Amino acid sequence: MSFPDPIAVFRTEAAELLEQIEAGLLDLNVNLGDKDQVDAVFRGLHTLKGSGAMFGFEALAAFTHHCETAFDRVRKGEVPATHALVTAVLEAKDHMRALVETPAGDHEAMSEALLVNLRRAVDGSGDQATAPAAAGPAQTLFKIRFSLPQNAMANGTNPLPLLDELRDLGTCRIVADRSGIPSLDELVATDLHIAWDVELLTTEPRSAIDDVFIFVMDDMELSVEEIAIAAQAPVAVAPAPALPATAAVTAEPAATAVAAAAPAAASGDAKAAKANENVRVPAERLDELMDRVGELVIAQSRLSQLAGGSGDLTLRAVSEDVERLSGELRDTMMVLRMVPVTHLFSRFRRLVHDLANETGKKIELITEGETTEVDKSVIERLADPLVHLVRNSCDHGLETADERLASGKTEAGHIHLSARQQAGEVIIKIKDDGRGINKDRVRAKAESSGLIAANASLTDQELYQLIFQPGFSTASEVTNLSGRGVGMDVVKRTIDALRGTINVVSRPGEGSEISLAIPLTLAIIDGLLVRVGNGRYVIPLSAVEECLELSVEEDMRSRGRSFISLRDSLVPFLRLRDLFRTGTKPDPFQKVVVISTGSERVGLVVDQIIGDHQTVIKGMSKLHHDVSTFSGATILGDGDVALILDVGHLVAEGQQQEAHLRAAG
Amino acid sequence: MTANILTVDDSASIRLTTRVALTNAGYQVTEAVDGVDGIAKLNAGQFDLVITDLNMPNMDGLTMIRELRKLPAHMGVPVIFLTTESDGEIKQQAKAAGATGWLTKPFDPESLVKIAKKVLGK
Repeated sequence: MSFPDPIAVFRTEAAELLEQIEAGLLDLNVNLGDKDQVDAVFRGLHTLKGSGAMFGFEALAAFTHHCETAFDRVRKGEVPATHALVTAVLEAKDHMRALVETPAGDHEAMSEALLVNLRRAVDGSGDQATAPAAAGPAQTLFKIRFSLPQNAMANGTNPLPLLDELRDLGTCRIVADRSGIPSLDELVATDLHIAWDVELLTTEPRSAIDDVFIFVMDDMELSVEEIAIAAQAPVAVAPAPALPATAAVTAEPAATAVAAAAPAAASGDAKAAKANENVRVPAERLDELMDRVGELVIAQSRLSQLAGGSGDLTLRAVSEDVERLSGELRDTMMVLRMVPVTHLFSRFRRLVHDLANETGKKIELITEGETTEVDKSVIERLADPLVHLVRNSCDHGLETADERLASGKTEAGHIHLSARQQAGEVIIKIKDDGRGINKDRVRAKAESSGLIAANASLTDQELYQLIFQPGFSTASEVTNLSGRGVGMDVVKRTIDALRGTINVVSRPGEGSEISLAIPLTLAIIDGLLVRVGNGRYVIPLSAVEECLELSVEEDMRSRGRSFISLRDSLVPFLRLRDLFRTGTKPDPFQKVVVISTGSERVGLVVDQIIGDHQTVIKGMSKLHHDVSTFSGATILGDGDVALILDVGHLVAEGQQQEAHLRAAG
Repeated sequence: MTANILTVDDSASIRLTTRVALTNAGYQVTEAVDGVDGIAKLNAGQFDLVITDLNMPNMDGLTMIRELRKLPAHMGVPVIFLTTESDGEIKQQAKAAGATGWLTKPFDPESLVKIAKKVLGK
């Protein structure tokens, strides 16, 4: 494997930096007070100088240094940012490009001229000191080596402020010498073992260095070597000798220490800036990592079970640690996969714009909660259903401008697209202020296409849900939601696959609101582990509303009519023992787990509630793909498989049962 | 975060001057009137810097510094003592006791703040 040529890499990097600098300068020119841009330009110049020196572009480094100094002064508020300065640095920037491209060329005269320009821009005169070497006192390069007494820290001397003080004196390169650090078993943590090598380029006299160390002077080792700088070509070259020397320092074995002392090194700024950048990672790698985390969670729950059954306290402590850590790891992993819905929402601006043109309606799109974060894979799969729903609202929900005006509404129709997080779910709402769903026509259509029996008694919610049925024709404009060729059943199927639920609210003449509630993530959920007969099952915790005891009397009384009275309402319940045909005797104290999908509730009668369970969802095999009662399976701590109940399906089933019973009287 | 400074001096006027200067510089100041009081205040709180006089009743500054260095909670806290130009030997003793630095009396508020900044960092 060969490494790329560092010079070539530097050239690429320099080109990028110069672009950044230019962009920053241009932005700054628009708004001279923009501190962020001043900082950005400064950082760019600073990095360019540093890397330039590192790779032997000395003329570039020296030249850039002056621009950097100028911007440093702007940054510190010593001189204002002016258009003249921006122009001067822009010109200088073009020259830097030349210095990068042809470092060996004859650039001196040009450099000189540009620097005069720069100085004029900074100070309003051509001869003042952006380069202190030019007119100010001569700079001196000090090579300082010092180590503090071993008990310095214990006695209250913190070396960091000392290094800061040195840095305040001029341009500084600091390298920590860690060779004095003893092996771990001899290490006294409160002792100081590090020595420092410092190269300081300053206009200050030697006594300034002594002042820094005034309190520790008597007990420390300090050597200061003075290297006067030859006063040739004072303007451009002055700082240059220091910089190649620096390169030599970093090439020494102590090079690794540079990284350790990064906050101290002059290149620290650049490194800090890089740390803020994002790292792009292919999505598959995140998925792989997620799989591993899933496996880890399973292994951890086996460990917990082992530890729980053992009297070994140490094992329990370790197991608890692992449990906590894997929980945190899971949470971190979730966050890694989360992306804001901004991007998803932004495409609707264009869509609504186009649709408004197509239909000749006036439509305003209002979005809210763009920063809401959702698992990346969820977002990808949400895109199509959302497009479909928004399209429907625009096409059929909203009236034409004339119709709206006639019914006393604003001329422009509104589509309100919002996202927010609620517990473990993200709620996405598509709301319009159009004509609403025509219930009679939905019913008529459903009856004629055989979806419901004539005169079946349905709640509004049930009626609205019909539009998501595969058989519900989309051929004519029955409702505002009937779509344009692609059935709403596709929307429903996608949301089901995401383990989400759809809730529809509509008021005639006022508009419709469709809420999608989607679990934030697809791979791991918090579940409630329950036992029914001899089998164990997981109910997604996000759907659980409450757990009650089903007393024997109530159980007896409710025979035939499976309702429990929950505060003021009757909630139908399903006996999972019957549903799963367990054939075992019921526990004396059965429990009812009340689950809900938004507006509908149903109770599930189980034998025992075991507790919380972090559930890693495994898909069902192809053989079982048409099993609708379960949405997946998970592996328990003891290696057993527990099936995950499909809440949406069970609620529907419970409601259906209620309807049947009601119909039967 | 504001740094907490403990000043220990038996002279009320010096305490006042110190407090005004340090408070104006943005530090939080707690006062103690002698070494005994100083140790009590140290035990009751956390400080980023201690500035102490040496010549005090009840417990003098040197003893207080030695005691302070024995308290694990205050290991490494910088201690600045006030001294006069003539006390060459005292300076060595104080440093041996565990002091971090000194401030020569008479001092102006500016140099006090400068010392605080030097020891505490920016």
